[in-house]
Amino acid sequence: MTGPRFDTSGPGATDPLDEIIRIEGGQVLATLIRLTGDIDRAEDALQDAALTAAEVWKRDGLPNSPGAWLTTVARNRALDMIRRESRRAPKEEAAFRMLTDAPASTFVGREADDSTDDVGDDILRLLFTCCHPALSEESRIALALRTICGLSTVDIARVFVVPDATIGQRISRAKAKIANARIPYRVPPAHELPDRLDGVLRVIYLLFTAGHHAPAGELASRVDLACEGIRLGRLMISLMPDEPECTGLTALMLATHARTGARLDGDGDLVLLSDQDRSLWDHTAIAEAAQMVESILRRRRPGIYQIQAAIACLHSLAPSFAETDWPQIVLLYALLEARWRTPIVRVNRAIAVAEVDGPAAGLVLLDELSGSPIERWHLYWATRADFLRRLGSTADAIDAYRRALACPCNDTDCRFLESRLTSLGAP
Amino acid sequence: MPRYAALIYGTENGNVSPEEWGTMMTEYNEFGDKAGAAGVMAGGEALQDTKTATTIAVTGGKGGDVTTTDGPFAETKEVLGGFYLLDCKDLDEALHWAAQIPGAWYGKIEVRPVIDFSGGAG
Repeated sequence: MTGPRFDTSGPGATDPLDEIIRIEGGQVLATLIRLTGDIDRAEDALQDAALTAAEVWKRDGLPNSPGAWLTTVARNRALDMIRRESRRAPKEEAAFRMLTDAPASTFVGREADDSTDDVGDDILRLLFTCCHPALSEESRIALALRTICGLSTVDIARVFVVPDATIGQRISRAKAKIANARIPYRVPPAHELPDRLDGVLRVIYLLFTAGHHAPAGELASRVDLACEGIRLGRLMISLMPDEPECTGLTALMLATHARTGARLDGDGDLVLLSDQDRSLWDHTAIAEAAQMVESILRRRRPGIYQIQAAIACLHSLAPSFAETDWPQIVLLYALLEARWRTPIVRVNRAIAVAEVDGPAAGLVLLDELSGSPIERWHLYWATRADFLRRLGSTADAIDAYRRALACPCNDTDCRFLESRLTSLGAP
Repeated sequence: MPRYAALIYGTENGNVSPEEWGTMMTEYNEFGDKAGAAGVMAGGEALQDTKTATTIAVTGGKGGDVTTTDGPFAETKEVLGGFYLLDCKDLDEALHWAAQIPGAWYGKIEVRPVIDFSGGAG
């Protein structure tokens, strides 16, 4: 590291101060955007404040409330910036008034840490703005990672394996649309909330799955997107404690992520759930997820994330593959499919049904999908191939594994499919 | 107050029955009344069909040759049929109103902010 900075773009060891600044930065930025009405100006002010923070904190130690410290310094920076611009446009005049007229209590006295509600509202506003349906889905994810998680465009680009410039463009396009089309900086009113909340949770889950499914070889980035997803999930629980889907999503991520340590073997090859060493699972995380699921199921407002969390917990709590509560999982998948009819849910339901009623029953459920776009998904064919293999239809199974390999898939999955073909004696 | 253009796109079909046409006009009038009463309506026009459209372009820069073509700018299935100008405080409010334009269920509405050249409000 060449020095402490907010926009840590290089790989390597993470400075703990940088990490604090990155984590606190999202909240500080959210408040600054409300005060300045401008994402770019807020980012500039925060970056300046982060430089000062790294310097002062190294010398004097961490303040009691780093977030409040950063907010105060960054707010003053924003004031300076606006003041320095000699010819002020009316918009800046308004921003200047907002900053100077804001009650002092908004900025000072944070040391007491008694104003977390304000801060919470700001970050919620930022989340809803980043996840506005008027922005493209890829822009939403990039913007959320940039602003709320404080990741650099370089880090984001590395995670999604696209050029830096692409991420930079997505972010600047999204910012320009927010400003020019006037996407409001607010938490939507109650009647719009169910739809809009869904958009926010979806972005968090996509972010998590991008981190969770990235093959080890491609995780050159030090950024753990799965952990960022869980962090945002926990944030949503604290901000909207009455929405069981926030808890459902977080439990789903925790229970899934808890199995990460056993998903790949020493060579980086995929280990099937049935063959995983369950002692390698994070049982603390699983217990937390199970407790979350228990608490939300009592509210009797099941949603797609809660149901998936319940399924993930049943898998993670089972002492062995054979002792998994498959009948319960089958019921949950039926419940899920009734609410969320997607081919992927159907494939997963078929896998569970095959465990209870045999592979032939699973195959019947898959047959209904034939001819649909799911045929471009390698795991559809891999599932089909597995059922056929278990039914003794070796030739058909080989054919299905070949179709799986013809679909786009990552290296880890490809190696797995090839090993299956070999074990079936395929030439 | 920011202004938005709500551009109404739909397929042109001459075989709309008089009843369907009547229903659609009633719906448009209802929208116009409602948006007008709310102080959102800043204008709007319905356009004649694309058979009446003429597209021109000047080639070779300003003062160059004028090329005139019969027909709309682009031959597409869904064409611009009309527009409203709506004064709304932000995109959410504009989308809220746009979703009540009958064109939203007969076709699609594209919402675009209008550039404010006055340099004042903002």
